[in-house]
Amino acid sequence: MFEGLINFVDGVSSADNTHKPSKKKVKKYHHHEKTITERLEDDVLNQKSDSFDKFYSVVAIIMAIIIIGSLLFTVSFLPSFGDPTNPANNIVSEKYIVEGVKDTHAINLVAGMILDYRAFDTLGESTVLFIAASAVIILLFANKTKKEHEAEEKEEQKYENKNDPILRHGALLIVPAILVYGIYVVLNGHISPGGGFSGGAIMGAAIILYNLAFGDKSTSEFFSFKIYKRIIISALMFYAISKSYSFYTGANQIHSIIPKGVPGNILSSGLILPLNICVGIVVCCTMFGFYSLFDREEI
Amino acid sequence: MVQGLFTNYYETTAMIVFGIGFATLLLNKNIIKKIIGFNFMDTAIYLFLASKGYITGRLAPISFEGMNPTFENYINPIPAGLVLTGIVVSVSFSAFFLALAIRLYKAYNTLDLNEIIRLKNMEAEEE
Amino acid sequence: MIYTVYILIAFLLICAISVCLVDNLLVSLIIFTAYSLVMSVIWLFIESPDLAITEAAVGAGVTSILFFITLLKVDKMKDEAGD
Repeated sequence: MFEGLINFVDGVSSADNTHKPSKKKVKKYHHHEKTITERLEDDVLNQKSDSFDKFYSVVAIIMAIIIIGSLLFTVSFLPSFGDPTNPANNIVSEKYIVEGVKDTHAINLVAGMILDYRAFDTLGESTVLFIAASAVIILLFANKTKKEHEAEEKEEQKYENKNDPILRHGALLIVPAILVYGIYVVLNGHISPGGGFSGGAIMGAAIILYNLAFGDKSTSEFFSFKIYKRIIISALMFYAISKSYSFYTGANQIHSIIPKGVPGNILSSGLILPLNICVGIVVCCTMFGFYSLFDREEI
Repeated sequence: MVQGLFTNYYETTAMIVFGIGFATLLLNKNIIKKIIGFNFMDTAIYLFLASKGYITGRLAPISFEGMNPTFENYINPIPAGLVLTGIVVSVSFSAFFLALAIRLYKAYNTLDLNEIIRLKNMEAEEE
Repeated sequence: MIYTVYILIAFLLICAISVCLVDNLLVSLIIFTAYSLVMSVIWLFIESPDLAITEAAVGAGVTSILFFITLLKVDKMKDEAGD
């Protein structure tokens, strides 16, 4: 069906198992020449596994069809789409909508919900991001010596398009615009759609583009592993401390010293703006950290 | 019954995409294909959740009336908040899966799961 | 208006099925990116602009960058093993 497309894209790596394990591995596993009986046995085994593969794929398709059918059978009994009397629209959502702006002073009710009423949830989410980044660091971080580092840099220069004028000039034009847009989305998270996660991802994408165009050295001038650790940990700590203060004062009816401001202004809605900035910084650093760990096994 | 499927067309789509993602997970031997199938299942669940919060004729939960929003003007904001959490968690999980895939490729020089199991069995036999 | 939604939904289903059937990894990744973009348009239709902006930045942007970088890395390692 897609043969023309596939030929056109110059198959980077095909999904069918054409690539065998490397020569080293093959040598390790096959010490001796195969005898005729062994070859015959292999043929018989291959036939068996072929029939097993066919059986497996048929059973898998039947399983998927059964799952789709049972789920669709359940969906057909659900209340109809867009109905205001839906049981999902109960007293909880009414509370969030009617009293949300009074309580949080945030125009965007979703931002007010996830960063004020359910801020503990969002702290857990940022922690999940941090733990995922730590797991990727454990899996991929390579402790390179200086010699290996220099050798790799020479190797890298073959792959990198260091002097590609189109990419460089295009990146020079686009990167500041993307960065400003990301900062705008983070700062206006409580007034308009957006917030820490989307703005942080946009800023991370801008830094990734900068790295692709100008090479690793230019990025490592302002973003090293030390700075990464400090930024992420201080942002998470600030989040936890400020949120626990607001929980403490809210639960004990103590007067909070954080001014709420006028709804609709940028400097309003209490803690939501600083928390959005914290989440944005964590997401931005994590996205760029993922990229650079995947690309060259260090930050 | 068919009537229910057509009125709930977003939910129907979500469930069909979920099934297709599950089939991708089962049918393909390549690990990266399996991760893509997992991502399909994620988005299907998000579509189902968010479509449950939609109410016809109402607007997104961004108050245009200032301090005193009316309940009858806005859709349900809770599914949106839950899905926002889920999207970011799914990204971190796919990054973790991809890191594991790179490690597997380093160890076995292939991304094919059957091949990896075969090599693993060979190692066990040699020991 | 409603027909636009039907077209988008049909696009989603076609994308999902073709990712399952296509053999080439790069092609399936590009189809997955297109799927994420259409998904972000669908979030706009069900009045969730927060989700739309997040899906466009995270699903179509960062996730596909990670997949492509993984493919590049695997390809580099294949070259090294082949030499």
